[in-house]
Order: sequence, then structure tokens, then C-alpha cells
Amino acid sequence: MAHTESSAGSATPAAAAAVAAAVDVATRPFALVGHFESPAQLYRACETLRDAGYEHFDAHTPFPVHGLERAMGLPASKLPWVVLCGGTAGLSLAVWLAYYSQEVWYRHNIGGKEAFAIPSLIPIFFELTILLSSFAAFFGLWAMNKQPEFFHPVMQHPSFHRASDDLFFIAVEARDPKYDPVATRALLETLGTRELAEVAP
Amino acid sequence: MSAAKTPDPSGEIRNDLMEDPRERAPLVLGGQNFHTVSNKVAGIVEEKTSLKWILGLGLAMSIMLILVGSIGKLVHTGIGVWGNNHPVGWAWDITGFVFWIGIGHAGTLISAILFLLRQKWRTSINRAAEAMTIFAVMCAGLYPAFHVGRVWFAYWLFPFPGQMGLWPNFKSPLVWDVFAVSTYATVSILFWFVGLVPDLALMRDRAKTKLRHTVYGIFALGWRGSHRHWLNYERAYLILAGLSTPLVLSVHSIVSFDFAVSLLPGWHTTIFPPYFVAGAIFSGFAMVMTLLIIARKLVGLEHLITMRHLENMNKIMLATGTMVGYAYGMEFFIAWYSGNEYERFAFINRAIGPYAWAYWTMVSCNVIFPQLFWFKKVRTSIPAMFVLSIIVNIGMWFERFVIIVTSLHRDFIPSSWSYFRPRLVDISMFAGTFGLFFTMFLLFCRYLPMLAVFEVKGVMPAADPHHEPAAGLGSVGSGKGGHGHGAH
Repeated sequence: MAHTESSAGSATPAAAAAVAAAVDVATRPFALVGHFESPAQLYRACETLRDAGYEHFDAHTPFPVHGLERAMGLPASKLPWVVLCGGTAGLSLAVWLAYYSQEVWYRHNIGGKEAFAIPSLIPIFFELTILLSSFAAFFGLWAMNKQPEFFHPVMQHPSFHRASDDLFFIAVEARDPKYDPVATRALLETLGTRELAEVAP
Repeated sequence: MSAAKTPDPSGEIRNDLMEDPRERAPLVLGGQNFHTVSNKVAGIVEEKTSLKWILGLGLAMSIMLILVGSIGKLVHTGIGVWGNNHPVGWAWDITGFVFWIGIGHAGTLISAILFLLRQKWRTSINRAAEAMTIFAVMCAGLYPAFHVGRVWFAYWLFPFPGQMGLWPNFKSPLVWDVFAVSTYATVSILFWFVGLVPDLALMRDRAKTKLRHTVYGIFALGWRGSHRHWLNYERAYLILAGLSTPLVLSVHSIVSFDFAVSLLPGWHTTIFPPYFVAGAIFSGFAMVMTLLIIARKLVGLEHLITMRHLENMNKIMLATGTMVGYAYGMEFFIAWYSGNEYERFAFINRAIGPYAWAYWTMVSCNVIFPQLFWFKKVRTSIPAMFVLSIIVNIGMWFERFVIIVTSLHRDFIPSSWSYFRPRLVDISMFAGTFGLFFTMFLLFCRYLPMLAVFEVKGVMPAADPHHEPAAGLGSVGSGKGGHGHGAH
């Protein structure tokens, strides 16, 4: 253990004041938040928390750290099912639109050829399937992430602006049954978490 | 073991081409860490506006004004101001459309197909290439929209329930084109925006002014890098890449159907879809190359867009250029082998008829000159690749011109034969689209991170969760080892 910074020992006075302010919350905090300097440390921390039985914790990283979901014990994304529904809807819409517009509403007899000729309609079917699948992927992503969400409690951590730059954050939520203000902090400190601070809800 | 493995602390750009073929050159040079990559890319947006940029934008917008004027003249007078005649009813307009759509395809190839193929080198160039796709599709869309003559009725191209009870003919390749190009534009924008969100969050977090914080903050949608979000995000990105890949192949196939489904000698060939797709990727890479060589020099991105990236792009240009050359040869073979005298005439006329000058310009620019990329010296020389990329851009414009105009100018009835000459508005409108393209591209470079910062960080060795830093970086670690790596 090289050294562990707690809220009292922060680098700059401004940061220390901000940490103190963040700690000084009257009610139960939202989470205990701290950071690491490398994905490897974060990965170890996530594994330790998972093995200690924590469930409501999250990692905030500047880029996707591959494999972290296993260290955190998270299931795979359900997004593909949303996209499958979108694609099915797109294909159905295309077939319906082509049938009614070509066969029913505006039927043209061109050289006795079939009005609803499937081979020549495949490009339309294909493009609409892709279009609605993409909409499902796009809007499904933001719906599953519950975004846009312009404020989130973890953003109150004084260094959180570096979560998109070069720091790897861990946030253990207070609603986790295993959460204990003293024990959780001690566990994270032994893992080398820096600038630990509780953030208000 | 080469010296390129250890980052050069002086930050000097060394030649990262390795002598040992078993070793791959690193994708990020100059001893960068995560923070310096952020600084490098976000710094381009945050620094004071340079005079060079203002002059560039002024020039681009002046050229764009030529486009606005040409369109004004076109709409006011009618499409007779173009040189199109009978039988050459399609000429520079459709050439310009296919040219720009083709350029867009390289962006999707880099962002989607190379992503699916796990080509990590794409990360430094995909953002700019995707932006280029969107701007190229904007330029392309102008042509069909204004070619309908009365542009205020262009919405008739889409199926909608109206009191006229009129529905477009879904069996027409031109209607397929409407669906393909509008889907392509929409999906490209969605894909690009999804890729931008984490980097917009970076811009938000670095913002020094309230305005920047608010504007980037709104578009970042409150992104906070949560791993639960990254899981959905990466899945969405993979799915969008998977959808874009067949989409981009379908778009240029359908563009080629505009010709191939007709019964005109020179157009009515089954080779068109793959031939058009290869040509599109070829021309698009040439345009990416032209833009990035200038951009990386102007804003100093040599550490991130390295010689390895440029050389890989040259190799793709060599491959696709050769495929296009094969298609040119195969067209002649089929013209002879089919035994169809009209088909044979169309191709002999292409090579030795009135447009032979255009045909041989095309062959030299697209097939002969790119063969120089077989030489490593050429592939790794910036001036050489810059000149070659412009030659390819010219050659690919001529390819579309040759296909469209030479097939039309000799009708089935010799009394209708004619020769197409462009008029002023043909030329000014095409020149003007470059103004629109460069205006958009310069605005993009100034206000958005032109490299995918989070993706570049993700391919650095330190991003691997099992990477143990040798010294310095991880002094706070709680001891090495201690957990199994079996999970991977």
C-alpha cells in the first residue's frame, strides 16, 4: 500500500473543501465514490466488491473497459431483442405498405406484370428493415440507459469531470444491503481507491 | 524487437514501420497517456480560432455561394440550363450524384466494416471519415432533388397518403434509390452521433465557459461513462455496425441498378453492383486520404494518425483500384463473349469513339497510377500518396461520366446520335458542391472532436484491464497479481 488519500488528505485545498462539502450531507448519501488511475486497479476492485457480495455498485470509465462486466457480475445487454422487434416491425411495415400501395390503392397494369411482385420489392423491404432496426438500436440504447439524464449524484464528486478523461471511478451505492459507511470505505481504501467521498442523492 | 515498441519520451515522430513482420507498429505514438490524448484532440476544438481556419472557411463558403447561385439559376430557369440533351438525358448531374455517394461509402466502410473485422487501426480515422460520409451524402442528395425540375414537389418521391391518392412505383430502381439513400443518410447520422456522445461528454467536462458546457452537455445527453451504460452502448454500436455493413453494400448496388436494370448497352450488365461498390470504396478512401493528409498536418495529429494508418489506406486503395480495373476488363470480355453486337459496339466506341479521351483518363487514373502503391516507398511517402489520392478522385469522377454519357450518346437510331458538352451551370454546380463539402468539414473540425478519443484510448496498451504498468503510473496498486485471469 503506497498511500491512500482520504477526504482529509486531498491534493489541493479547493478539492479538499469540495470533498468535505460532499461528505457533509445530512441524510443518507447516494454512494461512496472514489477513483483509480488504471483499468487494472478498477478491474481488481470490481472483482473484490462482487466477491464480497455487493450488487449496487458501478464503474465510470473514459472508455469501455472490456471484460469489466464479468468483474462486476453484470448480465449481457438486452438491446438485441429491442432491435429484433424494430427489424420485424420494419419488414412488416414495408410488406404492408408495398401491398396496399402497389396492389390495392394504386394498381397499375404494366405489360400484364404482377403489381405486387416480390423480387422487385426486395430493396424496399430491405431498406425499411434496416431503417427501423437502426431506430430501435438508437432509441433503445438511450431508453435502456435512461438518458438524457443531465444530473446524476455521482457527478458531484469533485474529480468526476475526469471520468471522461483519465480516471476510473467506482461508486458503491448506499442502498446496497452490504453498504456500511465505515467497512465499505475501509475495503475501498485497501484496494487503493483515491479521493473517497460520499455524494448526496 | 524494434525500438518503436517503447514510446519515445521526446515526443518526436519516428518512422513506425517495423522491420520485423511479426511485430505490429503501435497505433499511438510519442509516449502518450490517456490525458495527453484527450488534450491533443480536445485541444483542437478548444484553442483560439486560427487565421488559417478562418481563411479556409471563407474560401469554402465563397465556393458554396457558387452552388447557391447555380441552384438559384437552375430553379428559376429550369433544368434546361444544364447541357443535358437528347439522347444524353443524364450527364453531370447523375455523375455528381454517384461521385458523392461513392465518396460517402469509405466512411461507412471504415466505421462499420473495419469495426466488425476488428481492425483497430480504424479508431484514429473513423470519426472524420463518418463525418465525410454525411457531408458527401448531403452533396449527393442535391442532384436528384433538383433534377426533378420543380424541387418543391420533390416530396412526391416518398410514399405518403395524400388527396391525390398517388403512390410511387416501388418496382422502379429510382424509387429504390430514394429509400436506399434516405435510409443511408439517416443511419449514418445515427451511427455518427452514437459514436460522438462519449466524446461530447469529454468536451462538456473540459468546458471552461458556461456556453460550451451547456451546448456540449445537451448533446452529451448526460453521459457519465457508467459501465452499465457502456454495455448497452457497445452492443448498440456493434448492431449499428452490423446494420450499416449490408446497408452500405445495398446503397451502391441500388445506385448501380439505376443503370443495370435498364436495357441500354453499356449499362445492362450484372457486374455493376460489385463493380460500383468497389469503385465507391476506392474513391472514398482517396477522399479520406486527401482530407486527412491536410488535416493531420494542419492540426498536428501525426502521433495519432500515423504512417501505419496511411499505409493501410493505401493498401486498400491498391486492392479496390485493382478490382475496378478487373471490372473494366471484364466488361469488355462480356461485350465480346455475349455476341451481342450493340453491347460490343458500346464498348469499342467507349475505347476509341468520341469519348475515348475520357475513357483513357479513367483507365490511367484508376488502374495504372494506383499500381505505384505496390512500392513501399510510394505507400509511405506523403507527397506521393497525396498526389495519387487526387488522381484517383479525378479518375473516379471520370468513371461515372464515362458510364453515363458514353452509353447514352450513341442511341439505337443513328440520327439521334449527339455529343454532350457541359454548360456553365453544370460546371459551377459541381464545383459548388465542393464548397458545401469543405464548409461542413471545416465546421466539423472546429467544433467537434475529429478523432474518436475514447476509441483511441481503448486501443492503447494501458487500456487492457490486465495490463500491469512497468513503473510510475500505478504506484497506488494494492500489490500485483492476486486474482485469476481465467475469466477471459
